[in-house]
Amino acid sequence: MRHVRALAGRQHVAWWFAGPALLVIAVFFVLPVVAALAMSLTDFDIYALADLSNLRIVGLRNYVELLQRPLFWKALGNTLYFVGAGVPLSLGASLGAALLLNSRLARFQPFFRTALFAPVVTTVVAVAVIWRYLLGTRYGIVNYALGAIGVPAVDWLGDPRFAMPAIILFAVWKNFGYNMIILLAGLQNIPNELYEAARIDGASAFARFRFVTLPMLAPILTIVAILTVAGYFQLFAEPYVMTQGGPLQSTVSVLYFMYEEGFKWWNLGNASAVAFLLFLLIFAVTLLQTRQLRRGGFAP
Amino acid sequence: MSASPTAQRDAAHTSWAWQVIPRPAAIVVNGLLAAAAAIALFPLLWMLAVSFMSPGEASAYPPPLVPAHPTFANYRELFAHAGIGRYLANSVLLAVAATALSLVFNVMAGYAFAKLAFRGRERLFKLMLGALVIPGQVAMVPLFLLLKHLGLVNTYGGVIVPALASIFGIFLVRQYALSIPDDLLEAARIDGASEWRIFGAIVVPLLSPIIVTLAVFTLLGTWNDFMWPLIVLSDQHLYTLPVALASLSREHVQDNELMMAGSVLTTLPVLVVFLVLQRYYIQGLMMGGVKG
Repeated sequence: MRHVRALAGRQHVAWWFAGPALLVIAVFFVLPVVAALAMSLTDFDIYALADLSNLRIVGLRNYVELLQRPLFWKALGNTLYFVGAGVPLSLGASLGAALLLNSRLARFQPFFRTALFAPVVTTVVAVAVIWRYLLGTRYGIVNYALGAIGVPAVDWLGDPRFAMPAIILFAVWKNFGYNMIILLAGLQNIPNELYEAARIDGASAFARFRFVTLPMLAPILTIVAILTVAGYFQLFAEPYVMTQGGPLQSTVSVLYFMYEEGFKWWNLGNASAVAFLLFLLIFAVTLLQTRQLRRGGFAP
Repeated sequence: MSASPTAQRDAAHTSWAWQVIPRPAAIVVNGLLAAAAAIALFPLLWMLAVSFMSPGEASAYPPPLVPAHPTFANYRELFAHAGIGRYLANSVLLAVAATALSLVFNVMAGYAFAKLAFRGRERLFKLMLGALVIPGQVAMVPLFLLLKHLGLVNTYGGVIVPALASIFGIFLVRQYALSIPDDLLEAARIDGASEWRIFGAIVVPLLSPIIVTLAVFTLLGTWNDFMWPLIVLSDQHLYTLPVALASLSREHVQDNELMMAGSVLTTLPVLVVFLVLQRYYIQGLMMGGVKG
């Protein structure tokens, strides 16, 4: 009996430990997410913000109208461009850097590791400001370097063809160090015997990479890809600072569109619908990738 | 070379041997690493150099790399006329407060999920992990209305409150706390220690490495955060450095040197915190694998 009471008492205490954090998450995360779904079915706008009696339920109208707006499709296309090109480039850079750092020939590893990781901890807004100047058309150092090898000046952030590639370049520079560290840990966990065995079988360096490193790294690589895709779908600060969505809306991302829709024009119902569509998109892509992970036989 | 062939071959397997005779492969690997490090660091070093140039100096062709006459004029200008001291103070205050408070919430909850049995614990934990796939931005519009209702829009509280607890933080602490031996806690209970005393005297000291890790993550995360403070703060006096910098950079498009000084003030604190505590940061990164 006393044992039961002690156990019940401990349950009680456990709630005191976990309760505050769970309450915060419930009130400031779960509730708003559910409310976002509800709001996306209403015409919540600046009038409803002033007086809730102006609020009407409109069903799926926000979604239907969104799918008819060219700017939404433009934002979606831009975001897919950023994800589609940015993720492979980022992962390639991360993997390349991790392989170099993991090489037995590499010197000063701690220094190089820290140097390559440094951009990750910097503030997006601040480094985006730096890159805006580095990418400047007349005095930018990028154009100066390109000029030195005979490439004519590019209007990186002012030309709709180049603004998104410039942002992708910036994002790769800023983010590759993060996955590099995770992949480096993965590389260090590959047993040396596998390489020794491959070497005895006469495998070339490339063959060892192709048939030992890649398969052993595949599960981590897939997880890293899933997280990077989800993160890259949330593009916002870069276009906000570097291009303000321009030129010709070539860098308006889905979140940028949501921000303007919600907090510039106060169409909060619409903005919620945008947020939900983005979530569904990320969820679907994550699901697809997870399935790939399972099919590969690396189910966690 | 008097060494026998076998000794020579053995020596070639130690990294020491390459210090003597750099092989082509070693030159390629280290050359590539040096080039990558140069690309990673150049923008940051350039920012630092330009921040000490006199106004207009950086707008020249070819772009200058070092200031002709180093000056603090840009920093003075930022503090005297752009009010950056205020933004710096806001950023420090918010980052420190959010970090300290969220540590209390997350560490307690993470410990409970690892070591204290309560009904529905496993199911709740699985639900929380599932919720990690929901991007925070989905919650932003209703969160804004909720905080407006609570009178927290355009206050420090509006920035701090949503950051008080995070699923990722709870997860990180839980994973680490799982390794605390149950016998240790049971022995303390038999000795009559209360759960709070056990937490304070035994658990927290054992968790200190992961607490430092989580502190660094949270500090850098709140310092660098942009979208939420941009939404919830409209009064300029409350701006954090990133929000202020974004707004300044729209006003001062041509003021290269001034903006670089602002960028230095924004990035230097986090870089220093990272350099000092990078062991903990990297550890957390490898443990969580994974930030949501």
